[in-house]
Amino acid sequence: MSEVQNPTSNTILDVKDLHVYYGSIHAIKGVSFHVNEGEIVTLIGANGAGKSTTLNTVAGLLKPRHGSILLDGQNIAGVPADKLLPRGMALCPEGRRIFLQMTVRENLEMGGFTRPASEIEESIEDVYRRFPRLKERYKQVAGTLSGGEQQMLAMGRALMSKPRLMMMDEPSMGLAPILVEQIFDIIRELKEAGTTILLVEQNAQMALSVADRAYVLETGSISMEGPASQLLHDDNVRKAYLGN
Amino acid sequence: MSFLSNLINGISLGSIYAIIALGYTMVYGIAKMLNFAHGDVIMVGAYISFYATQHWGLTPLLSVVVAMAVCTVLGIVIEKLAYKPLRSATSLAVLITAIGVSYLLQNLALLIWGSNPKNFVSIVQLGKISLFNGELIISDVAIVTVLCCIVIMVALTWFTSKTKMGRAMRAVSEDKGAAQLMGVNVNQTISVTFAIGSALAAVAGILLCSSSPVLMPTTGSMPGIKAFTAAVFGGIGSLPGAMLGGILLGVIEIFGKSYISTDLGDAIVFAILIIILLVKPTGLLGKKVNEKV
Repeated sequence: MSEVQNPTSNTILDVKDLHVYYGSIHAIKGVSFHVNEGEIVTLIGANGAGKSTTLNTVAGLLKPRHGSILLDGQNIAGVPADKLLPRGMALCPEGRRIFLQMTVRENLEMGGFTRPASEIEESIEDVYRRFPRLKERYKQVAGTLSGGEQQMLAMGRALMSKPRLMMMDEPSMGLAPILVEQIFDIIRELKEAGTTILLVEQNAQMALSVADRAYVLETGSISMEGPASQLLHDDNVRKAYLGN
Repeated sequence: MSFLSNLINGISLGSIYAIIALGYTMVYGIAKMLNFAHGDVIMVGAYISFYATQHWGLTPLLSVVVAMAVCTVLGIVIEKLAYKPLRSATSLAVLITAIGVSYLLQNLALLIWGSNPKNFVSIVQLGKISLFNGELIISDVAIVTVLCCIVIMVALTWFTSKTKMGRAMRAVSEDKGAAQLMGVNVNQTISVTFAIGSALAAVAGILLCSSSPVLMPTTGSMPGIKAFTAAVFGGIGSLPGAMLGGILLGVIEIFGKSYISTDLGDAIVFAILIIILLVKPTGLLGKKVNEKV
């Protein structure tokens, strides 16, 4: 493909030749990609292609067997997730995984777990400004929120750590089309506010329309990469992932 | 009057079960394992307090502090050596290991302290309270036990809702991976949970032996099993559930023994457990957990 961009000096995340195994199953087979500061990069692909596995490995929930993950030039492969948050990286995980038995506010406070107590209040106000619904429901137990509200809470919670690189795993999953639009509007706003975003999506149409660059994952390897607008009009991508 | 007296004795015994059950339920909530060695930590706590007061010349209150400290360390060591290496093993392997640790502690106690029962001297020496012209006598230990239980419950509730570590514990108990993504150190949180549970076990052991003074290496095993029952009865994983389950279990046991049959007291307790679990499988205050798809 043309216009494949190589890592530059403003690359935040640079993943090289990543291999991940589940037991003896070789799930990720040498994936390489990078994310530059201020970009939205998306990984698209079918169910089981390895998108979430890749993201979970970068976030430190899984250990890679080979390969390097450079965050600001330093290798973080194998560093556990709880040590990565203070380095400016947050993952908004698949299936949201908010703390259902805690209140909305407590969830947000958990998001700011690694930050000094004095800064928490201000960040919560920031999240409330972005998601007014959460402010209305701050006392409510998170398990009683609707799916869309839960997704907003998951994003708000991830933002509480003030990440420079925000990773999102299937933020549109299980949401009504109108809510999907809303979630993607928020992703655009986050980018405008200067946050770098690595987005994993099954909804390739939406992901490609919001992203700067994209990688297509196929059974554990990258099969295609390029500017999102270009992939959006690529015949193979259209056939395989966009349904026409 | 005998009814009132039985009720007080039941609540007092139940308070001991509740304190033990809190340890069971906290560890279960966070490490998702049944720590069957928990009952034997009780026994160790009682032995330490016994030797501290009878042989080392410490005051009763100081003996409690020493016993709590020893049990805290013991709890952390057990977790590090026996359970941590099995973090990703099947739950059956962990369960069998816990039973193994239980027997190990009992046999170590046998080796160190011998098989002869010790006559535990109550650490509470305030004298009995006599009411209604001596018709109702309440023991000092019973009152102290119930007070301890209340203080522990209030302190734990405050700890889990207001402190950072307490919040982390709740987060880990709900979703380990998500807690880690928030920056919570899961291993450290599990260690703290074992430490707290074991310190509580020491308190429970001392209170238990203060009201029934026979102390031997198997002393902790039956109360341990009953407290586990209480935790399941109240809804395992739930702190108020452990409290409620413990107290109900104690009251049922004393009433069963007094009004139905002394020999069948324990059988009645477990029969009621079975009935409750048939009707409400998650226990009295247990939450329904949806299986993830």
